Amino acid sequence: MIVLSKRTFRGGVHPHEYKELSEEKPIEKAKIPEKVVLPLSQNLGAPAKALVEVGAEVKIGQKIADAGGFVSVPLHAPISGKVTSIGNFLHPNGHLAPCIVIEKGDGPQEMELKEVKGWEKLAKDKVLDAVKEAGLVGFGGATFPTHVKLSPPKDKPIDTIILNGAECEPFLTADHRLMLEQPEGIVEGLKILMKITGAKQGIIGIENNKMDAAKALADTIGDDKDIKVVVVKVKYPQGGEKQLIKSVLNREVPPPPGLPMDVGVVVQNVGTAVAVYEAVRYNKPFIERVVTVSGRGVKESKNLMVRIGTLMADLVDQCGGVTDDVDKIIMGGPMMGLSQFDLTVPAVKGTSGILIMRNGDTQTYEEQTCIKCGRCVQACPMKLVPNMLVKLVDNGRFEEAEQMNAMSCIECGSCSFACPAKIWLVQKIKYAKAEINARRKKAS
Amino acid sequence: MPEEKKQVSTKPAAAPEKTQETEEKAIALKPLRFSAAPHLRDADNVPKIMWDVVIATLPAVLAGVYFFGFYAVKVLLITTISALFFDWAGMKLLGNRGSLFDGSAVVTGVLLAMNLPSSAPWWLCVVGGAIAMILGKQCYGGLGNNLFNPALVSRVALLIAWPSAMTTFYKAGNIFSQVTAVSEPTPMGVMKVEMMSNGTVIAAKGISIWDMFVGNIGGSLGEVSGLALVIGGVYLLLRKRITWHIPVIYVGTVFLMTGIFYLINPDKYINPVFHVVGGGLLLGAIFMATDMVTTPVTKSGMIIFGIGCGVIAVIIRLFGSYPEGVSFSILFMNALTPLIDKVTIPKPFGAIKEVANG
Repeated sequence: MIVLSKRTFRGGVHPHEYKELSEEKPIEKAKIPEKVVLPLSQNLGAPAKALVEVGAEVKIGQKIADAGGFVSVPLHAPISGKVTSIGNFLHPNGHLAPCIVIEKGDGPQEMELKEVKGWEKLAKDKVLDAVKEAGLVGFGGATFPTHVKLSPPKDKPIDTIILNGAECEPFLTADHRLMLEQPEGIVEGLKILMKITGAKQGIIGIENNKMDAAKALADTIGDDKDIKVVVVKVKYPQGGEKQLIKSVLNREVPPPPGLPMDVGVVVQNVGTAVAVYEAVRYNKPFIERVVTVSGRGVKESKNLMVRIGTLMADLVDQCGGVTDDVDKIIMGGPMMGLSQFDLTVPAVKGTSGILIMRNGDTQTYEEQTCIKCGRCVQACPMKLVPNMLVKLVDNGRFEEAEQMNAMSCIECGSCSFACPAKIWLVQKIKYAKAEINARRKKAS
Repeated sequence: MPEEKKQVSTKPAAAPEKTQETEEKAIALKPLRFSAAPHLRDADNVPKIMWDVVIATLPAVLAGVYFFGFYAVKVLLITTISALFFDWAGMKLLGNRGSLFDGSAVVTGVLLAMNLPSSAPWWLCVVGGAIAMILGKQCYGGLGNNLFNPALVSRVALLIAWPSAMTTFYKAGNIFSQVTAVSEPTPMGVMKVEMMSNGTVIAAKGISIWDMFVGNIGGSLGEVSGLALVIGGVYLLLRKRITWHIPVIYVGTVFLMTGIFYLINPDKYINPVFHVVGGGLLLGAIFMATDMVTTPVTKSGMIIFGIGCGVIAVIIRLFGSYPEGVSFSILFMNALTPLIDKVTIPKPFGAIKEVANG
């Protein structure tokens, strides 16, 4: 069943979508890379602990690093081959980080998927274990370990699972293609998620520029009364967890440390749902994901099914290479994605897109003075006052910034996008958040 | 591939650049631009906003030129050039950031000229531009930092320093026949004198509302034509340079309050329509009270600002000694704006619910 939601969150912006570059391109299997670079830290929380040593032969799907704590997940070999190095390599976040490097060997390069007997009737904790062992993190980009999100404390009952298919970032079409091509996996995954959490209701939230995906999912759902597709307005950041909950259910998640579970909701990306389904049914670990390679700087935009750890250079090669006037490379979407130094960076679990931008496609400006137009205030989906916050940050008044709810910022960048004076609003608020966190740590 | 081997040894890769050199598949790239998200920005910018305001003033400016001819052209040109010069001088003198071409000085210059009588002598225009840009803007640190609307600061300063020069209004003629330098009081002036002397508004009632609406009256060169001002306001609204809140609530408050007084005693108080089109209210509400820099940023703040302006303007018009209260009301509310901003900070997302639960 498709429901058109008339509600939406307050604020937000409308950047140009650029989805036409890749939305018609079916998901294509990327070539098996000669080499993968796997950062041990691909999830929010503690990094994984390596289980292999240099020289070890590994088989595809083999666990090569174990979870480093509760808020952490294991890591698996995405190809069969030999561990040739464990050391610091460039991580998409711009730092050098410990990574395991595997070079392709002779072993099988496709997972043999064997159905787990009685997977449909597994007990809750068994299902959770399967999710955890598969190394699943959120596909949306924040890479929060999935099993943690699915283990709310007893006093926080979950009544609704929302699958996030909003994909509000410009350029990205990975989720869109996934919804079109694997609706069964998504719906099965949703059912499993509902079972684990005891949620009565399952909702798939989609922006209204993807009606074909909504229809495909609604057809797959059929007569199931507990699951529905809710179509929401195209508006950035509609795919923000809190914004989507507001648009779909009209519930507001309390400010930090408030979480969706405080209003009885767990939100998961549609990609995560497919991964959960495959993890439970086939014990398939997180070794591949869909990545949109797009931007005017790449010859042909594509949606690729990519092995984790594949270098961006390999992926760009398969899209015909880059044009001469490449100016900026972004991992993720253009609103929240990370600028990259070069193409030797691997695609990781949280990589939803690789954008190759030509001269003039992206904008950076000198800051001018604030004229108090209030556009950042109108744009902020968290109802903050970015211009005042930034004045406090400029003067190092972090305590006051904290009182003005700087920590509520979801870093979506709507304020910076909207600002006619081109002030680095979200960037400075992020800086304030880091500073406030550091001070809290010091105090405790 | 010996080089490749070196890179994947157990030793940590030294630096990102090195990785690129030794990378087998390294694609030759020019140095990439590196910056924090968001990488996309809206195409709008400050100069576009300012020039849009200049465009919006055109109907009223042209109306002023039509009714006051050469005199209006002279005041407009001298004031704007003076504003540009003193903006530049102030920036140089005080070392403030800003650009002469961002349109903000032109906006202030044109708005100030619209607030001056067409009879204003050249030196008054020059001094006006200087006060607006130096005292009203650059002294505070330049664009974006001023507390008060620079054009209004200047207008009020001139009004207090040279009251007679600032209140000698030429009779509206039209540019095609000869515009004569015959002075005529403004409708608000007529009303004030009558109210003060014998407590009636008979003569003021004789002034045609239609004349006041199109601008065929004495008055400052930009305030006479309500029609032209409204056209400019609609342009600003359509271009999303202003929101409806302040103008509508300001004018609405004045209409409502004066309407109440009119109903109580129609002999002593003039009708509310006269108040809306007879003086500087529309110029003030559409162009001066919507200045982004000196007005609140939140919607609720704008509503408070509009009501405050309306109440103060009516009190001055009906009970003060000045015939016109628009400038004072806006300056007064400008002073309160930081406070209004502070008390109207929106509740963050989810905060209300938390209070309800707790």
